[in-house]
Amino acid sequence: MDKNTSLNVEKIRADFPILKRKIYGKPLVYLDNAATSQKPRQVIEAIKDYYEQHNANTHRGVHKLSEEATEIYEETRKKVANFVNAGESSQIIFTKNATEGINLVANSWGRTNIKASDEILLTEMEHHSNIVPWQVVAREVGAKLKFISINQNAELRIHNSELQEYLSSKTKIVALTHVSNVLGTINPAKIIIEEIRKFNPEIKILIDGAQAVPHIPVSIQNINPDFYVFTAHKMLGPTGVGVLYAKKELLGEMEPFLTGGNMILEVTKEKSSWNYLPWKFEAGTQNVSGVAGLGAAVYYLNKLGMKKIAEVERELTSYAIDKLSKIKQLKIYGPNNLEKRIGVISFNIINQTGKLLHPHDVASILDGEGIAIRSGHHCAQPLMEVLGIEGTCRVSLNIYSTEEEIDNLVLAIEKAKEILR
Amino acid sequence: MKDNLYREVILDLYRNPKNKGEIKNADFEAESVNPLCGDKVKIQLKISPKSKIIEKALFSGSGCVISQASASLLCTYIIGKKLPDIKKINSDDIIKLIGIKPSPSRLGCAVLSLKALKEVVKNAV
Repeated sequence: MDKNTSLNVEKIRADFPILKRKIYGKPLVYLDNAATSQKPRQVIEAIKDYYEQHNANTHRGVHKLSEEATEIYEETRKKVANFVNAGESSQIIFTKNATEGINLVANSWGRTNIKASDEILLTEMEHHSNIVPWQVVAREVGAKLKFISINQNAELRIHNSELQEYLSSKTKIVALTHVSNVLGTINPAKIIIEEIRKFNPEIKILIDGAQAVPHIPVSIQNINPDFYVFTAHKMLGPTGVGVLYAKKELLGEMEPFLTGGNMILEVTKEKSSWNYLPWKFEAGTQNVSGVAGLGAAVYYLNKLGMKKIAEVERELTSYAIDKLSKIKQLKIYGPNNLEKRIGVISFNIINQTGKLLHPHDVASILDGEGIAIRSGHHCAQPLMEVLGIEGTCRVSLNIYSTEEEIDNLVLAIEKAKEILR
Repeated sequence: MKDNLYREVILDLYRNPKNKGEIKNADFEAESVNPLCGDKVKIQLKISPKSKIIEKALFSGSGCVISQASASLLCTYIIGKKLPDIKKINSDDIIKLIGIKPSPSRLGCAVLSLKALKEVVKNAV
């Protein structure tokens, strides 16, 4: 491997305590990173340190611990804003996860701005989290959902002014994923947004970055969406913390999603006024320990460098696709072009008798070998329908994945084919 | 995965399932979907008008080894029984039928046909 593009994977692996685990006596091969990533010791320690040294409620007390907790919380907001180049950190709202971020936008912005017969444009490769909240709003206000379809290369049909065919004077918002959690496709978010704004600068755009931020460098100011969501637990951070970026002007106009403590300026018996940004959207005691963990995860990723992470993962993706492609009757769903995809590899296998191996069976047999992969519809049932399948097996890589693990995967798949013949 | 989940008896039923097919004029039928994977199993029953005994039980739909094999075994199990007897069948009986307790994530596959069968009973009442 070229020195420029290599990371010391053994050193990285040593940071992840769980990678020492044995599963049924075999070393864990964790290839379900698109579901959630594992956590380095640095993240686990940050959470522990928060509880052992700094735990207090934020923004409330005048005592030392409360000030420390507030500082950890607010400094992480700045770190996160820098990490994704989001500009002013008051545009970063902490949520529970990416799903909550989308729900916040659908409820706060959507219910006010989307009217009867308006159109919400999604894509066929969305995760349920970027479909269901819009379905609920659409049903309530009488709006219509439209979907950008995908082509044979598992890319969105947006080229040669195809995108314009989906847009109309009724289009209010376009919500699409940055990277597909099934196909691994990286959508050209910046180009798509530019084209949408050329059509009508009033259309708002939400990007679901849950699979992008952990694996490729993301500059929100460069992409320039109105809303961008992602989640800590897929980027080496803890569960229970997500991030919503939204443009300041929009956050200013929007009504709060959840209401209660800390999101107010003043409360009387009759009414309340809302707190300044970003706190207007952070009601109640927040997941401060989780935010501390996210801060450590961002630090960890920054230290390795997102550009380098993307390069290393691309090389390993290339290796994995190469090896998997050599398995007879194995079909990979996703772009061939390595520049257009990340290390999320979905596939199905046909056995000797022409029968499709059920992804659950493959995953169970792989589990017996200590190999964790995902099987099923991956919370993307509309995409499965488009592909004409019930589900897939999905392997998803991370910075601690190795070529040896891929080799073990290939052997285990051959074993599954033998058992399920 | 428990090593012996994919035992030969189970795999045989998957390759050559017994009781798989459709009954044209079924007396009762119901379907169940596994939200985890989208697998669907339909159970259809033919009941003797006189004795009220289940004469024929067939399942249809595609699925994994576990859901197909357990549906097959369940159909065999209920032939000769009456509808009220079915009410007593629970997931433990399914585990006995397939001979192994699947991991929690696979239990849904094993009891998919039972869920459909319970629907049948509910509709029949």
